[in-house]
Amino acid sequence: MSVLVFAEATEDGQLNPVTAELCGAAQKLGGDITVALLGKGVEGLSAQAGAYGAKKVIVVDDAQLELYLGDTYIQPAERIAREVGADAILFGQTMMGRDLAPRLAQRLGTAVAMDCTALTSEGGKMHAERPCFGGAARARYSFNSSPAMATVRVKALEPAAAGASSAEVVKQDAGIDASKVRTKVLDRRKEKAEGVRLEDAKVVVSGGRGLGGPEGFQPLETLAGVLGGAVGASRAVCDLGWYPVAAQVGLTGKVVTPDLYIAVGISGASQHMAGISSVKNIASINKDADAPIFKNSRWAVVADAKEFMPAFIEEVKKVKAA
Amino acid sequence: MPHIVCLVKQVPDPETPASQFKVDEAAKKVIPAPGIQPTRSQFDTIGVEAALRIKDKLPDTTITVMSLGPDSFRDSIKHCLAMGADEGVHINDPAVNDGDHWQTAEVLAAAIKKLGAFDLIIAGRQAVDWDMGVVGSTIAEILDSSIVTIAKDVQMDGGKVTVERVLLDGFETVEASTPAVVTVSNELGEPRYPQLRQIMQAAKKEVKAWTLSDLGIGAPERRTTLEALFIPDTSVQTEVIEGDSAQEKAQKLAQRLHEAKLI
Ligand SMILES: Cc1cc2nc3c(=O)[nH]c(=O)nc-3n(C[C@H](O)[C@H](O)[C@H](O)COP(=O)(O)OP(=O)(O)OC[C@H]3O[C@@H](n4cnc5c(N)ncnc54)[C@H](O)[C@@H]3O)c2cc1C
Ligand SMILES: Nc1ncnc2c1ncn2[C@@H]1O[C@H](COP(=O)(O)O)[C@@H](O)[C@H]1O
Repeated sequence: MSVLVFAEATEDGQLNPVTAELCGAAQKLGGDITVALLGKGVEGLSAQAGAYGAKKVIVVDDAQLELYLGDTYIQPAERIAREVGADAILFGQTMMGRDLAPRLAQRLGTAVAMDCTALTSEGGKMHAERPCFGGAARARYSFNSSPAMATVRVKALEPAAAGASSAEVVKQDAGIDASKVRTKVLDRRKEKAEGVRLEDAKVVVSGGRGLGGPEGFQPLETLAGVLGGAVGASRAVCDLGWYPVAAQVGLTGKVVTPDLYIAVGISGASQHMAGISSVKNIASINKDADAPIFKNSRWAVVADAKEFMPAFIEEVKKVKAA
Repeated sequence: MPHIVCLVKQVPDPETPASQFKVDEAAKKVIPAPGIQPTRSQFDTIGVEAALRIKDKLPDTTITVMSLGPDSFRDSIKHCLAMGADEGVHINDPAVNDGDHWQTAEVLAAAIKKLGAFDLIIAGRQAVDWDMGVVGSTIAEILDSSIVTIAKDVQMDGGKVTVERVLLDGFETVEASTPAVVTVSNELGEPRYPQLRQIMQAAKKEVKAWTLSDLGIGAPERRTTLEALFIPDTSVQTEVIEGDSAQEKAQKLAQRLHEAKLI
């Protein structure tokens, strides 16, 4: 099976780690891998992009591709997809993948399974497994159309190991037809996150509606500080304006993979759990002994967050000092 | 006169407790939970809210609510009409009621074409059943209109829409020429809830009932096959941290995490 992987760069000019995960999946599919990398200032990443088992890297490095915009990216993406003619095309379920893959699928007259957590090869064809119904169920699809396309949830699959890159690197022009660009980015604002990034944190301390108000997050921030971790939140509290949207964990927020996830006053709705499905160590604090989150937790503490958190912070400090 | 089409799907209630959420693995279908009514896909009523906010500013706007699905979907259309949308289109045809996402998109696009000119199509970022998130973008490609996904604010003004998008680490403002498709997210805010008076008024609003033959098309090809549907086992061995006080439990948890080398 030939596989086309859409790599991507992060905003600070690194290769997005999802690239290795996509190539890992492509290798398991038995793939003859081509990697496409679009962006501005990305040419320097070509060798690295080719180090995960690719035969060929197609790089389009163009100032017009500095900020992701569907109308510009779709043009080289469609051209490359047609040229490569792969049996399968993979994207990360990133800002780019979410937006670009469905458009590309329609242009190629095919289908794309979004946010997949497993890809398999059945009789030489890709099948894609993905969570649905808010994470409560899993569905597995095969494709009647070609190429088979999938976006893959970040950090869900084993990354390929980097080897020496023997990939052929081919530079291409963006070839953007300005008359087909019907959208324009007027402004982009980052929500400033202090300290450790949620996606990279080894410890995440997350809060939900059980915290009772925005002030309930203070002890969580203290604890995250002590543990060198980051603070996450349920959608309920982001919707209420208690905590910034950028901290939302879950189906429509971020996927996090810390070694330890501490959930405080979170009920454990499937849509929240979708963001921590690969976390092995979950410790939950909830005042309701029947809270659904306890079923997925390695440690369950039935307690009022207000009483528990100050005591817990002190105990953690003691353990760390010892 | 601006014309907005809102795409609304009916789904099993996403707040169905896990204990009552069941699937029929052989039929590859969700078994409706007893006593829990299907509901409007959450992001879709948020889409209607986005359209109504535009209509609040531009009162001559017409809002059409469109849905593809079986008889019960009419309730969702009626709800959106009671919210303040002007008219409904219900495409109901057994040949496609259970279609895949691309069949759905093809049929909805054909129905939108039949309605005539539109300025804006609003869809949910994803339907909260299969959580796929492709129908809005696919329709934009079929109709060759601009597309902006995952919006928290949509403004319309003379030939363009200005959309605030939700990014993973912030927001961006995008301007798109109309006709446009915009998909909306929960950050847009809560949809308004109809008043009794509006529910009564909605009874008088027209809901067109169309089949594929009204659209003059056959059933589009199915591009995907659902091979399996199942509930994953996510339960783990849980240790309940016992103790007489919050203090004691805090100490025990800290100890456990330390033993597990997690802190
Ligand atoms: C399509 C869709 C997408 C969604 N996406 C997401 C998503 O990405 N992320 C997400 O998080 N949610 C998401 N949701 C929402 C999700 O279904 C839940 O509504 C949400 O996660 C609930 O948040 P919560 O646990 O903070 O609040 P609740 O469910 O209200 O839970 C609060 C918990 O706090 C406990 N509690 C109360 N007081 C205390 C106290 N003093 N001390 C300790 N515990 C206390 C209660 O027992 C309860 O268990 C989505 C929903 C839909 C329909
Ligand atoms: N059967 C349908 N009827 C009306 N709108 C739909 C239908 N299916 C999908 N949509 C719209 O497309 C959006 C995305 O759906 P999906 O791609 O299925 O996740 C939904 O939020 C709806 O706005």
